[in-house]
Amino acid sequence: MTRITAGRRHPLARYAVLLLALGLLGGIYTFVASTTGRADASIAAGRADDVAEGKKLFQQSCASCHGFNAEGSNVAPSLVGVGAAAVDFQVSSGRMPLARPEAQAPRKPPPPWVNETTIRQLSAYVESLGGGPTVPAAEQVDPAKGDPAKGGELFRANCIQCHNFVGAGGALTRGKYAPNLTESTPTQIYEAMITGPQAMPVFNDSIITPEQKRDMIAYITGVRSQVDPGGAGLGRIGPVTEGLTAWIVGLSLLVLAAIWITAKKRQAK
Amino acid sequence: MSITTVPKPIAGTSSFLDDRLGAGNFLKRNLRKIFPDHWSFLLGEIALYSFIVLLLTGTFLTFFFKPSMGEVPYEGSYEPLKGIMMSEAYASSLHISFDVRGGLLMRQMHHWAALLFVGGMMVHALRVFFTGAYRKPRELNWLIGVLLLTLALFEGLTGYSLPDDLLSGAGLRITEGVAISLPLVGTWITFFLFGGEYPGEDVISRFYSLHILLIPGILLALITAHMILMWVQKHTQMPGKGRTNENVVGAPFYPAFMVKAGAYFMFTFGVIALLGAFAQINPIWLFGPYTPADISAGSQPDFYMGFLEGSLRLMPPWEINIAGFTLPMSVLIPALVPMGIIMTGLALYPFIEQWVTGDRSEHHIADRPRNNPHRTSIGMAAVTFYGVLWLLGANDELASFFHISLNATTYVGRVMVFLGPAIAYYVTYRVCLGLQRSDAAVIGHGVESGVIKRLPNGEYIEVHVPPNPAIEAHVRGKAPVPMLPGADGDGGGERDGVPPKQLRGPLGRLRVKMSRAYGGEKIPLDDGHGHGEEHAAIGSGEDRSLTH
Repeated sequence: MTRITAGRRHPLARYAVLLLALGLLGGIYTFVASTTGRADASIAAGRADDVAEGKKLFQQSCASCHGFNAEGSNVAPSLVGVGAAAVDFQVSSGRMPLARPEAQAPRKPPPPWVNETTIRQLSAYVESLGGGPTVPAAEQVDPAKGDPAKGGELFRANCIQCHNFVGAGGALTRGKYAPNLTESTPTQIYEAMITGPQAMPVFNDSIITPEQKRDMIAYITGVRSQVDPGGAGLGRIGPVTEGLTAWIVGLSLLVLAAIWITAKKRQAK
Repeated sequence: MSITTVPKPIAGTSSFLDDRLGAGNFLKRNLRKIFPDHWSFLLGEIALYSFIVLLLTGTFLTFFFKPSMGEVPYEGSYEPLKGIMMSEAYASSLHISFDVRGGLLMRQMHHWAALLFVGGMMVHALRVFFTGAYRKPRELNWLIGVLLLTLALFEGLTGYSLPDDLLSGAGLRITEGVAISLPLVGTWITFFLFGGEYPGEDVISRFYSLHILLIPGILLALITAHMILMWVQKHTQMPGKGRTNENVVGAPFYPAFMVKAGAYFMFTFGVIALLGAFAQINPIWLFGPYTPADISAGSQPDFYMGFLEGSLRLMPPWEINIAGFTLPMSVLIPALVPMGIIMTGLALYPFIEQWVTGDRSEHHIADRPRNNPHRTSIGMAAVTFYGVLWLLGANDELASFFHISLNATTYVGRVMVFLGPAIAYYVTYRVCLGLQRSDAAVIGHGVESGVIKRLPNGEYIEVHVPPNPAIEAHVRGKAPVPMLPGADGDGGGERDGVPPKQLRGPLGRLRVKMSRAYGGEKIPLDDGHGHGEEHAAIGSGEDRSLTH
């Protein structure tokens, strides 16, 4: 006891205490973290658990519009047969759950409960109702494996009439619109093609093969990350912003220059 | 050697030239030509200098452009189009953009200069219109200007089509649609223009000849005529001190005006270079090659064609079918009517105004827009008509940017294209009269001095001072809008006796009525009412506050 009391004032004592405290904290954390990890793993192990968890999530966040058994209602479609790809697309892009009914569901930051696990569980539940398109594998949507030139041709033939020539988006009828593709992940682009969300038509694998879809993803992601060689891109929407710039920058500067040049006037004697 | 002696090489050369060209006399007469000074008088020069930039950059582009619609695979350095089949025109435009040194800068400067060329013409035309500078003796120069503007639109259209990218193809398709919708001759004209079924293989090379040879040639000739006429007729001047209908007050061409014009050329060139270097325009590599099957969202023409695009988008789908022939009103009306209203209206306005006012005298003093309120209101109504159509040409971008329904923009546009000009007319008219009243107040009452004065009876007044003489002269430059003789009386021509022959009949009576509405003095500058207590003047050496 006296030895400890005496040792308290030792120059190395504070380091010893610090080391002890850190070790204790780390130990407790490892213990706690590993137990939660084991709990997650046990849920992931069984598909049945995913479906059950997904159903719970569905009833919390989706059932108010899509019906208690996803049978649909007068404000929302049935989800039987829409597939895991549709769930992944809608939920990961924040479109679902909907904040309020409007012409079209906008992309927004997903609610806090949305993460990979919950999306997988929801997808499993919806898939269990009647199959449908599945989420593509990572290498199916890898832009590095696609041919952007071929993809560009397909993109121009199939997408730009709504999404604009670089995927900057465009207006459709009555408040609907084709969203811009600047934030869409390769997986989301693929899923949008196979599920046809909202106003978009479905481009199934017999119309555009999975390889062609990958080419298109390569083109879309390549063009959107391209640095504009001609200077400021002006939103990449074509002549509207160019005309605006010509008037607001070009002509305004020249009018100001004219005012400056003629500021000093000759007076008649 | 004294300073006044001209060095021999200069003296020798100049006498050589003078003896053969008579240049000395010409220069002596013209170098001291006086140009009046006002910022708005420089606006036309934007178009002039942009045209010079267009000629220079355009010449550079012709060195590398191949006006052919033959299909070739792309072999250039832009990766996302490698191996794609495209026309030689498009491939060579890509070549200019990516593989010719300075090519992209030249292309972008050419395009920006084109936008400023037409934009400069528009603001110049508006200045001439609103100041009445088109009046006798300048009507012919005004007509040349209208012709220049029309030709510039066609020059722009042909140039826009040349790179043969997807966007330019959309414009070409509309051109074809308009041509083919013409009654009786439509199909003939279309097959003639495109050398067969659309798109054919001829249109690019034909547009190329028009774009680099025929239309610029006519433009150059007309611009020269425009300049010569302006030089001979002298420039109008704003009303002001010492300025009359018989003189021109300003700076001589050499040296003052030449320096200003030179500086303004540099400014124009600088702004175009600035835009060409820092703002991307017409990124054809993003549009892709033209195929008639593809179309992009947000396909728009360049801004000067926007009003035609807008009228096409506003038009309801009307169609007349007679004996197996279709008359597509939904294309004919938007393509021809707004263009007809605006261009014909511009061309005829000086003559209609003369007919209404009966004014045959020469005018060298410009009107301030407020002093001819009906003309200004008609101009603003036309600007609004054009503006609504122009705005609606971009209705899909407006809908997607401001998150409004595309259909709503169309419905609102259909109403506003008629209602807007009427509102603009009324508002402008009231604003003009209000400004005239404020002028009358300046002349009649002076300007507020900010000095508060207490009178012996305890009343506070703000002291007004006479305006600056330059401002007063500017304001007093106002003249009543001319009116037909006989139209100014209360009962028109009839009261003073028998009206002249041309004012009888329904048309004549209408003319008298219009003249009475259009002409005359709406708000006299000196309205004759005396100076009240609050109109005291200080600073002029006379305190009139107690004399009334």
